[in-house]
Amino acid sequence: MAEDVLLKVIDLATHFHTEEGTVKAVDGVDFEVRRGEVLGVVGESGCGKSMTSMSILRLVPKPQGKIVRGQLLFEGKDLLSLSEEQMRKIRGNRIALISQDPMTSLNPVLTIGEQIMEAIQLHQGLDKKAAKNKAIEMLRKVGIPAPEKRVDEYPHQFSGGMRQRAIIAMALSCEPQLLIADEPTTALDVTIQAQILDLMREIKEKENAGIIFITHDLGVVAEMCDYVCVMYAGKVVEATDVFTLFKTPSHPYTVGLLKSIPRLDDVKDRLEPIDGQPPSLSKLPKGCSFAARCPEVQDICRQKEPELKQVGVNQYTRCLLRDEWNPGEPA
Amino acid sequence: MSQAKPPSDKILLEVKGLKKHFPIKRGILFSKQVGAVKAVDGLDLFVREGETLGMVGESGCGKSTTGRLILRLIEPTAGQVMFDGVDLLSLNKSEMRNMRRKVQMVFQNPYASLDPRMTVGDIIAEPLRVHNIFSSSREVKKRVRELLDCVGLNPSYTERYPHEFSGGQRQRIGIARALALNPKLIIADEPVSALDVSVQAQVLNLLNDLQAEFGLTYIFIAHNLSTVNHIADRVAVMYLGKVVELTSNKNLYANPKHPYTIALMSAVPEPDPEFMHSAKKRESRIVLEGDIPSPVNPPSGCRFHTRCWEVMDVCKTQEPPLVDTGDDHFVACHLHPAVGETPLKTAG
Repeated sequence: MAEDVLLKVIDLATHFHTEEGTVKAVDGVDFEVRRGEVLGVVGESGCGKSMTSMSILRLVPKPQGKIVRGQLLFEGKDLLSLSEEQMRKIRGNRIALISQDPMTSLNPVLTIGEQIMEAIQLHQGLDKKAAKNKAIEMLRKVGIPAPEKRVDEYPHQFSGGMRQRAIIAMALSCEPQLLIADEPTTALDVTIQAQILDLMREIKEKENAGIIFITHDLGVVAEMCDYVCVMYAGKVVEATDVFTLFKTPSHPYTVGLLKSIPRLDDVKDRLEPIDGQPPSLSKLPKGCSFAARCPEVQDICRQKEPELKQVGVNQYTRCLLRDEWNPGEPA
Repeated sequence: MSQAKPPSDKILLEVKGLKKHFPIKRGILFSKQVGAVKAVDGLDLFVREGETLGMVGESGCGKSTTGRLILRLIEPTAGQVMFDGVDLLSLNKSEMRNMRRKVQMVFQNPYASLDPRMTVGDIIAEPLRVHNIFSSSREVKKRVRELLDCVGLNPSYTERYPHEFSGGQRQRIGIARALALNPKLIIADEPVSALDVSVQAQVLNLLNDLQAEFGLTYIFIAHNLSTVNHIADRVAVMYLGKVVELTSNKNLYANPKHPYTIALMSAVPEPDPEFMHSAKKRESRIVLEGDIPSPVNPPSGCRFHTRCWEVMDVCKTQEPPLVDTGDDHFVACHLHPAVGETPLKTAG
């Protein structure tokens, strides 16, 4: 099992220094990504899920942002110890990013082909002609019709779903070991989303790559992911396999999140929302950051900060009210 | 969504053959029209008093345009909009302005739809001032505080500015503004899609509570089928500028009839991993090929025939009308013929 681990993130923390004080965008993230597995990272806006992916790629905006703590072990090497030049050889090559918005992440003045060729020429040293052939092959792989013709077109000539396919083709062009997909289908319609999710599942099975799938949509999580990390206010608050997450969620935030979403198969009279809103990351309260919204809150939650601890065979939770798992007893 | 009071049989709004063609022009000096984007192209629907009608469809299907056409925020090209017995399209500007007291709108983006230089008090008071509802500013202030309380905000917030509020709170301000004139019908265009998941539920519950309290009728426009099915009594599914299916949320989930609706429902990922990873789901999912055709040149006959897996010859030439297939279930598809003669239930 151990050699299957592609990326191990240990106690990652990324802070931003602003006029209003230190914003702890990411502050205590631990997870593992294995080959051929999809790790879902779920949370609401501002919970630090995108900044986690930016930190893995070391693309944190400078000089305000800084990775202040942690280790990013990718295939056994700590990414944080690499020089900028070494890092550049990994980015887009060994680790690729599929970004959220297909409308803005493509360069409008370059053809689709030129943008895919850029990475291929840089990382694989192919000449222009060979790179173009590879780009056409990649476009065909992701299901773009008539790729020989499409390769010379500009992004505005592509529809939203096709642009996202082109971005996936670009990300896959150097056969990355790890794919980071940051809300890859959020900007798309459901029928197009279904096409893209099918494509990504196919890629996972064929290429045996690891995927980090960042999303706020629990339906997409249920469909795509094997293992899930739930984030709240910069921290992982629950980590478990996808079946356990939906069947026996442990952290009160996860429980609340699952209750608050409308479902097609179970129309309720009333939803049960989580009261209040996420705290400001520059003024985090003492103790547990979910305490102010937690229906189970106790006095101790406002004083002591919880640690991520094992509460089941394959389940980890950051909550003071949950008992530590004792392997001697049934969980 | 079941309410304390069931919606009546009275039809509050009826839309027939509504069209909006946006002209495409070429040339600068001697510009001429070379085509039209048929954003809404022959749309029929009706809304009963006290109910919530959900409108779903993918981007570009014309659902937002429809909302704006009903309020005449953009002028329709053709069609009829009967609201409470009055044809809105026959009204002149000042009559329409008066009518807008009864029909209000909640917009999608709570960051863009509130003027950042106005206080919350002024934002909510604006419709009251425009329509000269109260003679004294004391009464206006009282009403504003009442409205803030209604939507679950602290009435002392009147002097604050929009930037001091979170997305969910801003959407509550937008709802308070829409409520100010005691409207009958509120058109909410994607009111929760810009909000976080846990906050969406708060706003959806608020909309339900207000409906029960004030007997409001809603048109709820959204792209998220689960959200629409939750809040709506009946749902209209749109494709390329037309309603293709119109029925109760229960019928829509249990017995979708139009092939597009079936594909749309099967594409929604359910938050249930055991089901989503099951062979049953994989088999039942219908993945539509290709993209939505351009509304500039919609396909002949049934607009969905280019992507439909049950396409027949008649679909390519004849456009199916929206007909009653029984049990309050309206479908525009050649596979589902009408029961009886009435093409669409008419008002009165």
